[in-house]
Amino acid sequence: MSVVTNHSTTAVPVVKTLSVSVNGRWLAVPQTTAHPLTGQPVATTMIQACEIAGVTVPHYCYHAKLAVAGNCRMCLVEFGTPALGPDRKPILNPDGTPQIRKSPRPAIACATPVSPGMEIYTNTPAVEAMRRGVLEFLLLNHPLDCPICDQAGECKLQEYSVEYGQAASRSVDEKVHKPKQVDLGPRIVLDDERCILCSRCIRFTRDLAGDDALGIVQRGSHSTLTHYPGRPFDHNYTLNTVDICPVGALTSKDFRFQMRVWFLQETKSVCTSCATGCNLLIGSRENKIYRYVPRQNDRVNSCWMCDSGRLNYKWIGRSDRLTQCQVRDAQGQMQLRTWPEAIQEAAGRLKQAAPGSIAFIASARQTNEELFLIRHLARKLGAMADSAPRTGEGDAWLVNADKNPNRLGAAIMFGLDRSALPVTSDTAPAAVGSADMLVGPGVQLARSGQECPRSIMGAAAERIGAKLPKIAEGIGRGEIRTLVVLGEDATKHLGAALLGRLENLIISDILPNATTPRAHVLLPGCAHAEKRGSFTNAQGRVQKFLKAVEPPGQARPESEFLVELVRAVTGEQFPQTVEGLFNRMAKETVAFQGITWAGLGDLGQGIAVEVLKT
Amino acid sequence: MIVERKPLTLWERLYLPAIIGGFKVTVRHFFKRKVTMQYPEEKWVVPEGYRGAPYLVKDQAGRTKCVSCQLCEFVCPPKAIQITPPGPQPNPETGNVEKAPKEFEINMLRCIYCGYCQEVCPEEAIFLMRDYALIGSHRDELIFNQEKLLALGGTHQDTIQKWQHK
Ligand code: SF4
Ligand code: SF4
Ligand code: SF4
Ligand code: SF4
Ligand code: FES
Repeated sequence: MSVVTNHSTTAVPVVKTLSVSVNGRWLAVPQTTAHPLTGQPVATTMIQACEIAGVTVPHYCYHAKLAVAGNCRMCLVEFGTPALGPDRKPILNPDGTPQIRKSPRPAIACATPVSPGMEIYTNTPAVEAMRRGVLEFLLLNHPLDCPICDQAGECKLQEYSVEYGQAASRSVDEKVHKPKQVDLGPRIVLDDERCILCSRCIRFTRDLAGDDALGIVQRGSHSTLTHYPGRPFDHNYTLNTVDICPVGALTSKDFRFQMRVWFLQETKSVCTSCATGCNLLIGSRENKIYRYVPRQNDRVNSCWMCDSGRLNYKWIGRSDRLTQCQVRDAQGQMQLRTWPEAIQEAAGRLKQAAPGSIAFIASARQTNEELFLIRHLARKLGAMADSAPRTGEGDAWLVNADKNPNRLGAAIMFGLDRSALPVTSDTAPAAVGSADMLVGPGVQLARSGQECPRSIMGAAAERIGAKLPKIAEGIGRGEIRTLVVLGEDATKHLGAALLGRLENLIISDILPNATTPRAHVLLPGCAHAEKRGSFTNAQGRVQKFLKAVEPPGQARPESEFLVELVRAVTGEQFPQTVEGLFNRMAKETVAFQGITWAGLGDLGQGIAVEVLKT
Repeated sequence: MIVERKPLTLWERLYLPAIIGGFKVTVRHFFKRKVTMQYPEEKWVVPEGYRGAPYLVKDQAGRTKCVSCQLCEFVCPPKAIQITPPGPQPNPETGNVEKAPKEFEINMLRCIYCGYCQEVCPEEAIFLMRDYALIGSHRDELIFNQEKLLALGGTHQDTIQKWQHK
């Protein structure tokens, strides 16, 4: 049995700093920073020094996560370096300070490394004149389509035009016309007239997505961005180019002309399409979701997300959502009920069931808190509880083959009994001893401050769902007569015939499926965008998400009604707020110990995962 | 503070002089030009630049000038304007303008005739016109849709015609 961890054995190198001044304020900046692509140390640039100083240098082509191209010239700044005498020693002023020799030419801040004692000036009249000049060139052939341009409102060209642009064009020639409404691929429309040729999209797709699909053809004013002839621009990360395009040249077909961005309310959330849990912002207006855009989290998704996850939001607004509490009456007819009635009904059925005759199947798409309540209820009732695995295609970058956003959370909650596990290695942390800690054979969670590398994330994917055959068997033998299903289609996992043998089938779901028409009690639940909660991603990072829109009809967050159900069944009162519930869960679950809702912040918190490969 | 009340003089207490003074004003107005209008039988013709109800206009070529930029919806203080954007499907009718509203509604009960929509419009597509008395027998009647707004707005003699040269 070999131990695979990402404990780095090499000591963290001491970061050497050097001292530079930005607009007269001295500060220490690291001599080198990691290259965005290779991770190798490269000299810190002036734009990075300015960022550390909290000074924004206007820029178009520079992107912190891409290779430097240095082609837009918007980031020009003035600078000076200490003057050296013939002896290579700095010449000192009479007061002992080094004499600064101002460079006669400006430099682009994005590609010029800092040197010790350098002085950077970003707000001199000369710098502002240069920005005005650069903008005049950029706007020379620009169509100024803002009223019909989807980028308006989040366009860097618009923003800097307000600051440095001119009201009228001095050009007497007609603007150069280029192709408009170019169909680049299934998800992207290109407007070449708006493109400022910054090459961000080219560098992204070549260096990060690994598909050298875009390029610039022609010369001078006629330079045109295009895709490789005969090949659509269609990999699974194309929509990221829409985000990084500083202007409205690349636009998303899905979001095109749907809503102006200034109306969108942005809610911090996470993607639920796979176990990676990319951080994102939900853009919504008046209870309708219009788009997802990635939110930077360098521990998870950097600035990116996949197209399939990004476009997977339309089901939330579907018209066939479950919106009513329903209870089957003595005649077998579904009757509409209020929440208290439905909860009473479900609790009554659970209380009447004989011990050992109940089973729970809770989806690994439910939140940590909801699964915690299910686990609590299952333990009180002596019932089996498990989740169902959900696998699909993964890739080598963000997309995980595990399609459950909270697979690890489910594994923590419904993990196998410790007795079923081989006793593992010497690195076993002190806290092992609780079933919570053990995700499955060979997989172990520890609080060592480390997160598991992506390559081995999938290792524990198949561990949840191990009890499903036992539940099926129990139903078949008539031992299990009550089944509670949360967010899964039980016919897929147990078979439709078995469900018919149940006395009680209590279901909570969001959309109708093959199981919901068989329910005895049906409780409408919420999509993640309609509630708050947390997921544990495949890396072991607990991330919270917030509510963007109101749920339809009677639908309510599962954590809310599960608290009521637990109270109705056991008489115990769990906290009614998500914060309180999370903190209670963290206290009672070894894997989450020491974590609080407030401590999760916007970027989540790692619960240390170590993977022991068998 | 104590205000001292002066006792009225005899002349003031006499009452008749004040009555006569009042009659003088009445008689003077009796011979002046009449300014009161017999509304609603008689209607006021509003001066140039009057800010009445906002309507949408078409250009000389018959194209709806509005491009659904939604700036007026954003700026409208009482939120009287509601625009439904066209969505991604290309519209052959709009040509190189690419965009036109799918629906455009102004709730005339909400509009305060402030003129911000006209001022903010980058396309000169919405103007406050001369109608100042809008009457309906039901609230819904006073939510004007795009068709009605265009019919009421008519054609604008656009001197720039910027989309023609794009
Ligand atoms: S790219 Fe920016 S400046 Fe150009 S038309 Fe679009 S919003 Fe306006
Ligand atoms: S399409 Fe956008 S990102 Fe690509 S080169 Fe043009 S301006 Fe830059
Ligand atoms: S005139 Fe003012 S209140 Fe009326 S629609 Fe225009 S912006 Fe709104
Ligand atoms: S501001 Fe003008 S172009 Fe924009 S939506 Fe309103 S009327 Fe249409
Ligand atoms: S940002 Fe430096 S040249 Fe473009």
